[in-house]
Order: sequence, then C-alpha cells, then structure tokens
Amino acid sequence: MNYLYFLYIEFLSRHNIPKLFGDITFYIIPFCVIAAALIIAVLILVLAERKLLGFFTQRKGPNRVGFWGVLQTLADAFKLLCKENITPKGVDRFLFNLAPVIIFIPVMTALGIIPYSAEFTFVNTQTNVILYLILAAFPVFSIFLAGWASNNKYSLLGAMRSISQVLSYELPITFVVLSIVVLASSMNLTGITLAQFSKWGIFGWFIFPCILGFIIMFISVLAELNRCPFDLPEAESELVCGYNTEYSGMRFALFYLGEYAMMFANSMFISVLFLGGYLPPFGKYLFSSSFLIYFEQAFWLFLKAGFIIFIMIWIRATLPRLAAFDLLKFSWAVLLPLSIINLFIAVLIKMGGLV
Amino acid sequence: MTITTFKLNLGPQHPSTHGVLRLVLELEGEKILSCEPDIGYLHRGMEKMAERISYIQYLPTVDRIDYLAGCFYSELLCRIVENALGVELPDKVRAIRVMLLELNRIASHLLWVGAFLMDLGAVSPFFYAFREREMILRYFEKLTGQRMMYNYFVFGGVRKDIDYLGDVEEIISILPEKIDDYEKIITENPIFLRRTKGKGMLDIDTALNYAVTGVNLRASGMDYDTRRSDYLYRGFDFGVVILDEGDAWARYKARIMEMRESVNIIHQALEYLKISPALEQKLINPVNLKLPAGDYYAEIEAPRGLASCFVRSTGEDKPYRLKWRTGSYYSVNLLRKILVGEYLNDAIAIAGSLDIILPEVDK
Repeated sequence: MNYLYFLYIEFLSRHNIPKLFGDITFYIIPFCVIAAALIIAVLILVLAERKLLGFFTQRKGPNRVGFWGVLQTLADAFKLLCKENITPKGVDRFLFNLAPVIIFIPVMTALGIIPYSAEFTFVNTQTNVILYLILAAFPVFSIFLAGWASNNKYSLLGAMRSISQVLSYELPITFVVLSIVVLASSMNLTGITLAQFSKWGIFGWFIFPCILGFIIMFISVLAELNRCPFDLPEAESELVCGYNTEYSGMRFALFYLGEYAMMFANSMFISVLFLGGYLPPFGKYLFSSSFLIYFEQAFWLFLKAGFIIFIMIWIRATLPRLAAFDLLKFSWAVLLPLSIINLFIAVLIKMGGLV
Repeated sequence: MTITTFKLNLGPQHPSTHGVLRLVLELEGEKILSCEPDIGYLHRGMEKMAERISYIQYLPTVDRIDYLAGCFYSELLCRIVENALGVELPDKVRAIRVMLLELNRIASHLLWVGAFLMDLGAVSPFFYAFREREMILRYFEKLTGQRMMYNYFVFGGVRKDIDYLGDVEEIISILPEKIDDYEKIITENPIFLRRTKGKGMLDIDTALNYAVTGVNLRASGMDYDTRRSDYLYRGFDFGVVILDEGDAWARYKARIMEMRESVNIIHQALEYLKISPALEQKLINPVNLKLPAGDYYAEIEAPRGLASCFVRSTGEDKPYRLKWRTGSYYSVNLLRKILVGEYLNDAIAIAGSLDIILPEVDK
C-alpha cells in the first residue's frame, strides 16, 4: 500500500490539498472501492451461478433481461429494492433489523484483508490470517440473530443447524490454515502468497504438499458458507428457507448479497492459501510494466477464485443434501483427524526442508 | 432437566408437501414425537358430485382425481360401466389402453423421481426427469389434445384411433438409456444412500395394517400386483418388481425398475398396434345411460397403489353412491406411524418416498 499511498499524497499535494486530508481519506477510499467491487462481483456471481446451473440442468438460464440475460440480477436487485419490508408479528424488532446489517460488516472487512495484488491489500497486519478466520465465522452470528428474532420455528431450526454446522467445521479449517502457516512461516496473507513463489510457477503452490488440506478446506468452506450439499440451514425442501424465511425486500437482499460476497471472499482465501494467490501459474508475469502487473495479479487471483466458485456451483448441481447427523459426524470423525494428519505432514515437510 | 417439545405445522404451504398436505408435528429439537396429518385442503367433492350428474358428464372430471395419472381413473369409471353392461373390449382397444396407462405410469414415476430428489436437496435430477416426462406429455397432447387431463377413454372404447406411434417408439427407445443415466447419478451416490438406506422402514405387517398398496408395498417384499389378474393386461408378458428392504431406497429402486417394466409392456403393445388394422369399436351410447340396479366394483394398479371404484346404482342415470379408493390416502395415513422417532430432514425424505399426491387424497 505504501506505493499507492505515496501516489495519492503526491496527487493531493499537486492540487494543494493538505496532507492531513489524505491521511484520513486514504483509509476510507479502499472500503468504498470494496463496496463497489463487491456489488459488481455479486451481480456477476449470481448471474454466473444461475447460468451455470441452467447449463448443468439442461436449461438456458436467465436470457430475457439484457443481452444473454446479463441484466437479470440487476433487475432482481431492483425488484427486491422496491418490495415491501414486511415485519411479521411478534418479532424482536431491533434484532430482526440488526441481523441483515451485521452480516455485511465481516464480509466487507474480510474482503479488505485479501491481497488482490502486491499493492492492493487494504488491511495488512502481521497476523491477518487469524483475523480472516474470525471474520469468516462471524456471519453465523447474524444468522443466529435472524433465526432467533424471526419468531418462526423454521427460522429457529435453521439457525440452530447453522450454528452447530459452523462450530464443527471451524476446527478443520483452523488446523488446515495452521499447516499452511507452518509451511509459509508467516501469518500474513501476502507473506503466504510470496512463500509460494517459485520459478516453476504452479509447482511452488501449497496445493501440492497440502492436497489433503486443500480438500478438507474446500469441504469445510462449503459447509461454512451453507452451500450444497451442506445447505441444511436454508434447506428449501425442509425448512422453507431456513433463517431468512421471514425476511423480504431489501433485508432479504442483504442476506443474499452477504452470502454471495462471503462465497467470493472465501474462494479468494482458498486461492491465496493453496493456489498461490495473485501469483501467475507459470512463474512469470505477462506484463512487465509495474502498473499493469498489479492488474494482472488481481486477474490471476480472480481467475483462481472463479475456478473454485465454478466447482462449488457444479457440486450444487450434482449432490443431494446431507443428513444433519451425518454432517456433524463427518466433521468430527473424518475431517478433524485428517486435518491433524495434514498438519503433521506439513510440519514434516517443513522440517525436511522440502519447501 | 425438562424436555420441551413444540408443535410445528409442516404445510399446508410448504415447498415439499407436494400440494397442500398439513402435518402437525410434535418436535423435540428436530426429533419427531408424533405426527398428525391434516387433509382436506383440496377437497372438491368428487364423490358427491357423481350423485348429481350423469355418467358421461362425470367422466371428464375423474381425470382430476390424480392429475399425474389421470388415465387410470377414467379407465376405472369406463370399466365400471362396461362391466355393468357386459361389454367386451376389442383387443385393439385393450392394447391402446394398456399402452397409454403405462405411458402415464412412467410419466408419474418420472415426476416422482424428480420431486423426491428435490426433497433430498438435489436440483438436477428434477430437470432431467422433467425432460423425459415432457416427451410423454407431448405425445399425449398430440393424441388427445391435453397434457394431463386426457379424457381419452370413453365407455366401450377410446375416443379416436391411436396415432403418432412413431413418437411412442422414440420415447421407449430413449427411455431405458435415460433411466440408466438417472441410476448413474443417483442410485449409488453415497449421500443418497446415507439419506435413504434404512430410513423409513416399512415391514409387511405394518404396510398391510395400514392398507398400503402399490410400489410401497412391493418394496417391502409383498408380492401384490393386480395387473397380473387384470383383463386389460391379459396376454402381456411382464415382471413384477419386488424388493425386500422396505426402506426409502427400495421404494426408489422399485419405481425405477417398474419404469423399465412399463417400457417393456409398452413395447409389446406397440408391436401389436403397429400391425393391427384400423380401430373397430362399439361405443356405448352415453345418452340417457342407465346402469342396472346393483353394486359394481373395479380396481386397477395405479402408480400410487391400488385404485378402485365402487358404484351402487339404483337403475337411474346417475349413481346412487360412488366411492373412490386411492393409494395416496393410505400412504398419508401411514405417515402417522412411520415418521415417529425420525428426524425432520429424514422425515421429508420418507414422506417423499411414499409418493403422496394430494388431489388423490382429498378427492
């Protein structure tokens, strides 16, 4: 960020604006950028998901609004904006209104942590892996509030399922992240990215020493995101819509937006941990000018995240939903021991000096 | 420690109750302590209506008893009238009826496969199953002008001669491959197995006590299929699918295997129809049609269990009393027993596996 900061201050001083103003606004601008980028990313994601699901199930997907249906999500968002916010009888009004707002805070911060390129890392602390883990688990709090405040049994059951699910899948994630931290000797996401740099490109990525960890991480993230086959908290055929049954209009849109933004953030997190983050897959950048390289790096990161999202959508089109008890058993009896084994493997590799 | 239970209304507006079934569940956490089905949201007075209108006026409405397998119910009413007046059906009419009934059965089972997997949370099989069902419905539309309420069987025969046999040929040549495809995606899927194997066990005694029939009974190991003694199916060679497991998986598997058997039957009917001459039938004049006084009964193996019709006639042009027996009605009653002790998300799978359709229950 130092380079960007330098550019920004220089730009301001050229227009005779005091440096103090720059110091303050410099930390606000990134979040405006993130907020704008997030909306665009979600719009694209929702369209991509619907299109891909359409292709997987032999349909066309949205194809009426705009060319090839590109404006469909925009139209949907507009519809949700115009809809009435219904507050049912007997809800805890404060918590009911708070829940959709709360889901957004961790998502925004989590997106700020991801290193998009060597310069675009908005929150760059020494231990931002830990910070990310906390923020990634945070939306469950909002889900719990929504389920509790809705005064609806389906919502409550959905919230209950969501909490037990996130609690049990948080542990394998932590162990896998720990093994990456061991391999990279760093708790900083940029540090982890750079540790994967090698002149053979793709072979330096941590997916190779940690393939087991990658699979565990992917499954656990699916569970944490309440994605199929772990979509029990909002199982449509069982709980109607789970925790957001009673929500409508913009409040529902916020949940929807938060969910997809978290999906985007988590797939970028996986890309950073295992797929070399913003590093190119063949050890060399396509562009040589320093400014274009930043965009190329962001492009690689988005490509990798897009690949992971594609697999998530593919899984959604293929698998039925797990049973509630299998879900918990799978985490505690299968994923957790495997993630500990994965940690041992990582430690052995590190001690053997292979990475 | 006090155990708190609460009541949950599953339905009548719920994505997976296949219509308007309301289940009043008593839950402890997600465990079901008791289940009370509440039916009647779709009651249309089908039986009472029959007492006020003549037989031919009643005929078009009986398709609506089960909108997924309408043929079976018009066949039953036609059969009542034909039996009462002692009319023998020509072989060609029999073959036509068998072919359409089995096509209808396949369409119904296909929809069930999709809906069941939807209940389990899998999206794609629903669309795959609908794609094949669409072919069958297109054929029905071409032949009868209707996609679901055919009104094609009339007293003493069929409304018009069979046509578009090439379409049927195409359907039955494609279907076995497609069923193989479903089996590839679904049958051995580990999650699917975990969700259905050993879930919703139904032993023969319970099934008989609750008068469950059809595929649900055959998947529990009972060899009972009225098609073998049915005069329509005389001369057709087909197997009856009997599985011993009695769980949700067996009910799924039995339906898949039954579709294959139906394809087999359609194949035989088609072979006969292709070489048979133009249709010659003696239709019963429906105008002022009076059944001789007495009780009449007819039954047929519908996709959702034994369907039967009872008519008491006093010699007038409308029945004194008419009663339908439908398979789903008894399956709904079974929920009372089979869901107790299960967890909520298994309960959806189990209720789905019984193939309940509400218009048939409420009539």
